[in-house]
Amino acid sequence: MHAPGNRKIYLDNQATTPCDPRVLAVMLPFFAERFGNPASVEHAMGADAAAAVEAARAQVATQIGAAANEVVFTSGATESNNLAIKGAARHAKRAGDPRRRIVCPETEHKCVHECVAELAEEGFEPVFLPVQPDGLLDPDRLREAVTVPTLLVSVMAVNNETGVVQDIPTLAAIAKQSGAMFHTDAAQGAGKLPIDVAASRIDLLSLSGHKLYGPKGVGALYVRRRPRVRLSPLFSGGGQERGLRAGTLPAPLIVGLGEACHIAATEMIAEAKRLTALRARLLDRLRAAIPGLAVNGSMTARIPGNLNLTFPGLLATELMARAPALCVSTGSACTSAQIEPSYVLRAMRLSPDAAARSLRIGLGRFTSAADIDDAAAALIAAHAGSPATLA
Amino acid sequence: MLYLDANATEPLRPTARAAVLAALELAGNPSSVHAAGRAARRLLEDARDTVAACFGARPADVVFTSGGTEADALGVHALHAGRRLIVGATEHEAIRAAAGDAVVLPVDRDGVVLLGTLEALLAEGGPALVCLMLANNETGTVQPVAEAASLCRRYGAFLHVDAVQAAGRISVDFAVLGAHSVALSSHKMGGPPGAGALLLAPEVSAIAPLIAGGGQERGRRGGTPALPAIAGFAAAAREAVGTLPPVSRSPSPVALGESGNASLAALRDAIERAAVGLGAVVCGGRTARLANTTSMALPGIRADAQVIALDLQGVAVSAGAACSSGKVAASHVLAAMGLGALAGQAIRVSLPWNAPPDAAERFAAAYACMAERLRGALSPHAA
Repeated sequence: MHAPGNRKIYLDNQATTPCDPRVLAVMLPFFAERFGNPASVEHAMGADAAAAVEAARAQVATQIGAAANEVVFTSGATESNNLAIKGAARHAKRAGDPRRRIVCPETEHKCVHECVAELAEEGFEPVFLPVQPDGLLDPDRLREAVTVPTLLVSVMAVNNETGVVQDIPTLAAIAKQSGAMFHTDAAQGAGKLPIDVAASRIDLLSLSGHKLYGPKGVGALYVRRRPRVRLSPLFSGGGQERGLRAGTLPAPLIVGLGEACHIAATEMIAEAKRLTALRARLLDRLRAAIPGLAVNGSMTARIPGNLNLTFPGLLATELMARAPALCVSTGSACTSAQIEPSYVLRAMRLSPDAAARSLRIGLGRFTSAADIDDAAAALIAAHAGSPATLA
Repeated sequence: MLYLDANATEPLRPTARAAVLAALELAGNPSSVHAAGRAARRLLEDARDTVAACFGARPADVVFTSGGTEADALGVHALHAGRRLIVGATEHEAIRAAAGDAVVLPVDRDGVVLLGTLEALLAEGGPALVCLMLANNETGTVQPVAEAASLCRRYGAFLHVDAVQAAGRISVDFAVLGAHSVALSSHKMGGPPGAGALLLAPEVSAIAPLIAGGGQERGRRGGTPALPAIAGFAAAAREAVGTLPPVSRSPSPVALGESGNASLAALRDAIERAAVGLGAVVCGGRTARLANTTSMALPGIRADAQVIALDLQGVAVSAGAACSSGKVAASHVLAAMGLGALAGQAIRVSLPWNAPPDAAERFAAAYACMAERLRGALSPHAA
């Protein structure tokens, strides 16, 4: 038995990932002598920063099967999602496109829902599709929704709470066939699953640095060039990123994002195997000790690092309070201070009570077997302390 | 390399670098409730307190953004509803783009806005949003923002102030300025790029976001906060503001403008003397300016040629705003100041916080070479 000690076990890698030391290493010179503004191209300092930004752009592009000039740097996936969804809708409306329908599953990230809500106020028609109990969107639901002329379909590649992987190639094909644009929020998928925007007919794809062991404060949006997808920028001024995204490019963060994409792509297959084994070890131990433990979401269409578990008889918040060394969560980080049960789990037909007893566990690159053993022990002990009357 | 392009971006201060690296070691998301998340949250809120204290705002009124451009855009987005826009003629592109079809407030030959015209514009119509930068990015000209703010308050107008170039270089006290919102940028004060802030007056503090998200920044800016950049921003702000000479809490930013870093001002003046001795004209030199900035035109010589010639001699300057680098267009700032052809013949020299003591001599030597070479290229004998 491991002594509890003060060691924290970080199992919340869907909220954010630690920055990889190799990523940090490539960023360091840009936090020191290579500090030029990438837009200052007419002097050597600026040209150096610009070259580094372009090399990072190529690294990001390679990771998703895009061309470098299809990658726009942003401050993160939330901004990418805003730029993709609001940008595409507003541009189409301005260009006289009569279509107003925007389709997404009920389980999208909160920022996607917020964007669509904002667009509803501008006269667009949001359609939220229910998902199956395993978290997957039934392609027939989408087929049905896009029989009404649809401007944009947005489906997240991997859910941030359950790790459920949507069938993006199939869903994108349905959207494209109907004439709609297709956006995917791949913040949780990039670097974990192979992504090929060309083969999958994706028009717009969002990703984030800090979800793939890069720094916080940087992300990217893939914007298809052929056929060209047109967006209205969220804000302008300065002309950076071909007018799509204004503001000084944060070269150190961008260099970090590029390296993070490169490392993730290189190690993807081996890392997936390792995490799958660790996750099985954790789940086996928990299942053996806690009868009635349930896994939420498909176990086959799921990233290797995620578990979302409903514990019998005990609120997740109580479980977390009893295992303070564990960094896990009750749902999305953005909303984790809220008491409302997860809308993602509710959309998967969990009762409010079951949703409130559910925990998200996110394994990552720096999770060790010892972490898994300690986490299993801590969760089992915390659960065993639960009052029998609640069971 | 002699780096004299601080207004494009300042070198990172060592204290800011230390703060960035420490934050990069932290694993948590500030929105998570577990121990790692709480540590990240503490760092974020400490940074907010620091930025608030440095610039005279309440922590609750500080919204972190990805930088100055986003802060400007958010300020205009938040305050412009139902209002006419009045925008200074020398504003940064971030404001010009956000403000769209605004009424332009003219400036005098030194780049100072005409307050009498502002009052006339405010008096002639309904509620307005006025956008005025505290210090200009190309000339360093400091605007009479406090005076403009009292005019705005008298006529029920809102005032958004782009203090991106001023913050950390002259004293910026939000409460004293009297503006409704102020935009700040980390990397213009020696912090890392990728962070900025919008300060909001308490009465307009609850604003709709430009980037919708998971409720971060009290619903005013979605997205996981860029913690390392924000921590570095706060450290840089603390150091930059701490190195400013103490000033009385004067309501006049023009008076504040005289109080910038004296050693940078001495270097800047030496640079100007050398260039003027070789025929240069200082643009906007007869008013309060940032101590680190000068805009100098060499009549008859294109600005981009000057910048490239200086770069070949290891001196980094710019032909105007970094964002528009690469474009050959004449500076809209200098054109608005009525400088005519000189608007396409001026370079911006902006001293970083760590400018070396021999910066003026080295610049003067390079400038003399550059002037001789480019003038030679112009003369018929060289053909």
